[in-house]
Amino acid sequence: MEILKTYKIYIGGAFPRTESGRYYPIVDASGSTIANVCLSSRKDVRNAVVAARKAFGGWSEKTAFNRGQILYRMAEMLEGRKLQFLEELTKQGSSKEAAAQEVQESIDCLVYYAGWADKYQQIASSINPVSSSHFNFSALEPMGVIGMIAAQETSLIGLVKLLAPAICGGNTVVLAASEALPLCAVTFAEVVHSSDVPGGVVNILTGKVSELAPAMAAHMDVNALVSESLGELDKTLALACVDNLKRNIVYQQGTTQGLPYITALQEVKTTWHPIEQIGGASSSY
Amino acid sequence: MLSNTRVDKVGVEERVARFQTRSIKNEAKKQGLHMVLNMIDLTTLEGKDTPGKVQQMCYKAQHLHDVHPGLPTVAAVCVYPSMVAVARKALGNSSVKIASVSTAFPSGQSTREIKLSDTKFAVDQGADEIDMVISRGKFLEGEYNFVFDEIAAIKEACGKARLKVILETGELCTLDHVRMASEIAIHAGADFIKTSTGKIQPAATMQVTYTMLMAIKDYYDQTGIMIGMKPAGGISTAKLALHNLVMVKEILGNQWLTNEWFRFGASSLANDVLMQLMKTESGLYQSPDYFSID
Repeated sequence: MEILKTYKIYIGGAFPRTESGRYYPIVDASGSTIANVCLSSRKDVRNAVVAARKAFGGWSEKTAFNRGQILYRMAEMLEGRKLQFLEELTKQGSSKEAAAQEVQESIDCLVYYAGWADKYQQIASSINPVSSSHFNFSALEPMGVIGMIAAQETSLIGLVKLLAPAICGGNTVVLAASEALPLCAVTFAEVVHSSDVPGGVVNILTGKVSELAPAMAAHMDVNALVSESLGELDKTLALACVDNLKRNIVYQQGTTQGLPYITALQEVKTTWHPIEQIGGASSSY
Repeated sequence: MLSNTRVDKVGVEERVARFQTRSIKNEAKKQGLHMVLNMIDLTTLEGKDTPGKVQQMCYKAQHLHDVHPGLPTVAAVCVYPSMVAVARKALGNSSVKIASVSTAFPSGQSTREIKLSDTKFAVDQGADEIDMVISRGKFLEGEYNFVFDEIAAIKEACGKARLKVILETGELCTLDHVRMASEIAIHAGADFIKTSTGKIQPAATMQVTYTMLMAIKDYYDQTGIMIGMKPAGGISTAKLALHNLVMVKEILGNQWLTNEWFRFGASSLANDVLMQLMKTESGLYQSPDYFSID
């Protein structure tokens, strides 16, 4: 007997149903329903933000090396679940070749950011020359709770490319899955769940972007909103972000990967440390 | 004198569960939240308390969130006896009352003499209310007369100050014990009965508060005398506080819905209520970043 999977959402390390009790069907190319997924509400966003805020302290205090290990573990778990992702991608309309490539790219992306975890700080921080007796340096600190709208046109790779650099840098995330292609997002939550990522660091909701994105944008306890361009919605979201001066980051479609995706979600703290002379060389820093 | 009432634990849990399904929205929610703020005993009871910390808390007691006009003050501040004078000075003529814990809080493991002098000291320093702890060890040994006499003696030492009797329900093990301790405290002269010190878990669960409210109700039905109730410890969200108010209203009625007769002992509840209030006004979910810590 075939047992169909119940697609639920992921909040604070648990898999609840949406508090609203609403669902929407996902159909394949032939028009037949392949799954019912949660149509999350703004109260789910609220609960997810509370969970993400609670997890932020512990996650950002973990050593960079440990965060790297955990990202690598996510890649391992994704590798182990490859077949399930391939099946879901093809159900949602990808060709076999495209699906295989998407899963492989997602695994590579996680390994890529696992490597960056204990390196980006060295590359992006600086010691700044100043003309006074100060040792002046700038270091990166994670922004906090990040609201994210996953890329709409892909089910897996788009969300991995947004998510990985955020948690690599010590942020916690509330992510809305692709509205039309949400299956891999929920299965990816299971990968996160089994990878030693503490509950609340990653929270994944499914539902309408037009409902979830404004709730994230207006929430006073969300520090940044990240998405690929959502067309007309962009302006509404940008205006809602103003209330608490949220960072509003809009990428062009087809996010790539690299250091800028990590540093985009970091604040720079510059310290002026009074000092008389540093080292024997009398060099001016 | 004691009723020897047995508490039906399953029944209590079912009734309490029903209080938690009530939905309170919009205007009613706003009113309820204002009421909660006005019923809070803003509390700091830590070894690391300093005059500075107490002064800061006394300021917060009178200025919960000044950017939003029209908010009430809290009912009282709750501090250790050594901090009462500091609080008295900081509060001046304010209507915010000063409650002081006493009787070798939180364990209560000391002699009668020390407990009495502890209480008198707090009253002399200017406390309006005394929060005493009962001797739980004696209670569990069955020395009910000892517990009764001790409460009566402290009540006498209080003079004009109102007496709240802390049962520390987390150490009483059963609801039957909670019911019995409530009756002993009420008959010995308590003006208020209070669940917990906040130092022991579990603290003010709805089940325990329900049991104590029923003891108050039965006493009121028999004698016509009102006794106050103060759940303390573990009530840190606006939602839980509103559920408690619903319970008080249904069991005791509107008479008890004032800070004369009902209080919340809490340190972090006020900010959550403020955040909920601002949410109902602005429609935006709030962040603790924009509310003062103390």
